[in-house]
Order: sequence, then C-alpha cells, then structure tokens
Amino acid sequence: MFIIGELINGMYSNIGVAIKERNKKEIQNCALTQIACGADALDINCGPASGQPLVDMPWLVEVVQEVTDAPLCLDSSKPMVIREGLKASRNKTIINSTTADEEKLETLIPLAKKYKSKLIGIAISAKGIPQNKDQRLELAVAIVDSCLKENFPMEDLYLDPIVLPVNVAQAQMKDILESIAEFKIIADPGPKTTLGLSNVSQGTHLRSLINRTFLTMAVAYGLDSAILDPKDKELIDTLITAELILNKNIYCDSYLEAYRKK
Amino acid sequence: METQLVLEKWPGVISTVTIGADKKDGASRINTVKIGGQNSLPLLFKEGDIPNRPAIAFEIWDIPPQDWDEELALAYGKVLNDPFAWADKCVNEFKAQLLCVRMQGTHPDSGNKTPKEAAKFISTLLSKVKVPLIIIGSGDDAKDNLILPACSEAAKGERCLIGCAVQDNYKTLVASVLADGHYIIAESPIDINIAKQLNILISDMGLSLDRIVINPTIGALGYGLEYAYSIMERARLAALSGDKTLASPFICFVGQETWRTKEAKTAPKQGIIWEIITATSFIQSGADLLVMRHPAAAQKLSDYIDTLFKK
Repeated sequence: MFIIGELINGMYSNIGVAIKERNKKEIQNCALTQIACGADALDINCGPASGQPLVDMPWLVEVVQEVTDAPLCLDSSKPMVIREGLKASRNKTIINSTTADEEKLETLIPLAKKYKSKLIGIAISAKGIPQNKDQRLELAVAIVDSCLKENFPMEDLYLDPIVLPVNVAQAQMKDILESIAEFKIIADPGPKTTLGLSNVSQGTHLRSLINRTFLTMAVAYGLDSAILDPKDKELIDTLITAELILNKNIYCDSYLEAYRKK
Repeated sequence: METQLVLEKWPGVISTVTIGADKKDGASRINTVKIGGQNSLPLLFKEGDIPNRPAIAFEIWDIPPQDWDEELALAYGKVLNDPFAWADKCVNEFKAQLLCVRMQGTHPDSGNKTPKEAAKFISTLLSKVKVPLIIIGSGDDAKDNLILPACSEAAKGERCLIGCAVQDNYKTLVASVLADGHYIIAESPIDINIAKQLNILISDMGLSLDRIVINPTIGALGYGLEYAYSIMERARLAALSGDKTLASPFICFVGQETWRTKEAKTAPKQGIIWEIITATSFIQSGADLLVMRHPAAAQKLSDYIDTLFKK
C-alpha cells in the first residue's frame, strides 16, 4: 500500500497558521512525523484559507523537500497552483488531482508528462458527484481514454472513486468499493487506485473506527494507495494486517515491526 | 513473429556478504568470498544484476569424523585424522576458496573440548590456512554458547561467518559476532515465518540485516528437498519485492544432508551424484553458498557453476 500522508493541509489550524507565519519548523516536523509513522509520500495542500496559493504552494514544497526526498502529492483543484508546485519540486511528484473534465485533462496530463509526475484522476466532473457505480466507471473511462491518447503511462495513473461520508451516502459505499476493483480492469495494464480516506467518516462520532474498517474493505477490493492520517497507529496496524491476510507480506510474529522495517 | 520476453524488474536487492578480511583490512586472509548482491531470481541474467556466483565451501571438522561413509572418507585419506592437514589438502589439492569448520569435538558426546581448546584450534587453523572461514558449532546449544564466543574472539577481525543462531538461542552468538566483526548464520527449521522472525530478532540486537546469512535448513534429494526449495523461492520473491527482513543470502549444508541418506551409501559414486544433484537443485532456488563434503562433488559443482555463468 502506497501511503500518502494527509496532514500538511492548510485546513488544519496548525498548518494554516504555519503557512501564514512562514513557520518552516512546524511544517517540517509534520512531514518527518508522518514519514516516521509510515507515509510513503506527503500530500501538500495550502488549504482553502490561503489567499495566495500560487506563492504558498511552492513555499511548502521547498520547505518539505529541505527535510525529505519523499514524493510530494501536490493537492489543489487549480491547475495553476499545481504548476507552481511542480516547478519548485526536486522530489518525485504526484498531481492531486484532475477531474474527468476535458479542460482539466487537457492541462494536467501534459503537465504530468512534462514533469514526469504521477497523476490522480478523480471520478467526478463539473456535472457533479457520481451517484452510482456506472457513473463512476463512465468518468474513470473518460480519464483513462485521455491518458491513453496522450500516451501517459497507465502505471503512473491513480484513479479515485471519490469517497463520500457514510452518514451522507450510506447507499453508495458498496458501489465505491466495487468501483476500486472495476477501475483496475479498464485498461491492460490497468491504472492504480487511490482514495482520500478521511472523507468516509466526516461528521461521524467514531471516525477512526470507520476509517479503518472502510480501508480494510477497500484493501480487499484491491486498493493500491490511500491518502490518510499516518499518525493513526491503529489504522496503520490494521492496514498492515489486512495486507498480511491478503498474502502481500510474509507472516512472522513481529510482522508489524517487519513491515515498518521495510 | 519474434517473441517478446517479459522481463520482471524487482525493487529489492539481496544484501552482499563478503566473507574473509585480507591485509587491506588489517587481517590475514589471502582471498575473500563475496556472495549475494543480486536483484533478480537465480540465473535470470537478463532481468537484473547477478554480480556474484554461488560459492562453494569445503566442510572440515576439528576432530576425525567417526561416522563418515567409507567412500567419503577415502576421498580424503589419512588427513582426516589431522584437521590441519585436512584443511591444507582442501586448499592446496582441491583448491577450496572457503572452508567450513564444524567444531564437532566440542560436543559433550564427542570429546567435550573446552572453549579454550576450541579457541586455540581456530587460532592455529587461521595461521595454517589462509582462506576465509565459516565456523559452525556442534549443535549443542549450551555448549555452543560457550565455545562459539571463544572461537569468534580468536578470529576477531577475520570476518568469518559463524553459526548457527536459532530462534531459541541467538543472543550470545549475536553479541559475539557484533563485537568481533563477523557475519552470522540464522537457522530456521524449513519455516519462512521463523526465518523472518529470527532476522528481526537479530537485527533488533543491533546486528544489521546485511550481516545475516540464512540457513533455511535443507533436505537432500528424496528427503524433503522440494520443501526447502519452495521456502527459499518464496523468501527470495518476498525479498526481491522489497522485504528487507528476508533479503539475506542463503547457505545450504548440502554435504551434511546428502551423506546421511541411505542412498548416498548404497552404491559406489551414488553419494557423489546425490550431493551434486542436491546442490545444483538448490542453486536454482537461490542458494548462494553451498557447503560440500565430497571433493569430486565439489569439483563437478564448480564446473556446473562455470557453465551456468559462461557469458
């Protein structure tokens, strides 16, 4: 499982303040803690309150890559902001994200190619959020088609079925999970899959439990990557165990520790 | 139409182990033996780098072996009664690059030699032969915990490979190996889960994973060879996929396992053939170091490795 740490996000108050005050230490601590907890890559998001994302994004990139060479997942709905992040990156990058809308795809696929970046494609479009599995597949196919046309390598594409809160869209949970398995067979070789996990428990009282239960089920459907809180130790332990049960790692009594030694 | 080969690229790499230290390192060996370092399954030269060939070690004992088959004993002749002459014959006549000495004479039932005697034996052996050494205890845990530290200290800095650590008895040996700059053999009973666990336990004590060689415990042809074969294959696949806790080279005690089978002793030459077949099979499953007994089998194995690695 390719774990993308979600905590460098201006939406969180400590990070929002750190961005505003140009507090490098706070951001860098957050980066290193996530990596120590098992993150393979770090999501970078200036947050909705940032008045100057075109400046904040490259600043965040610089600050983080001072302390780690982990891949950076440049998170913005604005292609211009992502471009500024890409320009500043020496680390490997992941663009987070394109939708299935043509103008987004036309901008972001060439950018991903130019900067040798991976790309996350979310099954969503200007028409709105998909309501069932078929709509998700339709949007995913549109993204895959565009990538194939542009000769963008499938192994660098991550498709996100878009996770909704369980207290809002309970009836869609099964469709979301099944989409993960079906996305992977849209092309051969198939694209990978990822998702923003925390969304599933938004507004609920048992967030951590819901997160790790959903993640376990998603892993069973073949999920390759997730954007999540790596500091949630029970979540990571559960993830490692789910992958163990799927025979992705070899059992030993200290399998949790063994995974972390990887 | 030309067939396109599907080539696998692996993210993991097996650690490189260099047995023996020479003048450059302030030690006294005239050669060193490198094993491991590959990032491909055995012999798939197009898929990755296989920088080191499987190495052969000749097994010798610190006492004259009592129960060796006649055919095996005849291959060495009188020198079996003198371990130093035996070692010398392996190096000078059979061109051994590496010796594996079993301290059988320290076993309570076969001489019960003291740690001091064992240490003296290793010191003398190091002064008489100049190839790198593998040092193995007698298999009696309590006694091994006394004599192996003494042997380790006597060989300090010579970068030996010392074993075997097992899950219930590894701490003493790890501490010695760590202190004296050697490598360790981690032995598990044809069990990949225990192999992995033991590597973690050893590395938790501060001996890094790249100083471990795995003894997966093998069976000879007809005696469970295929069980060890598939364990090794599975461990290697995991290691190449990125599991560092299993990314150690393998040592296989081929001679020891072969010459305990009844088939090896029933007809002339059959034991030699049995030893060769057992060894060559394990090369296919990833053996990096083969400990052999019969010099004719070792020679044939060496020729076979030459053929496999002919570019």
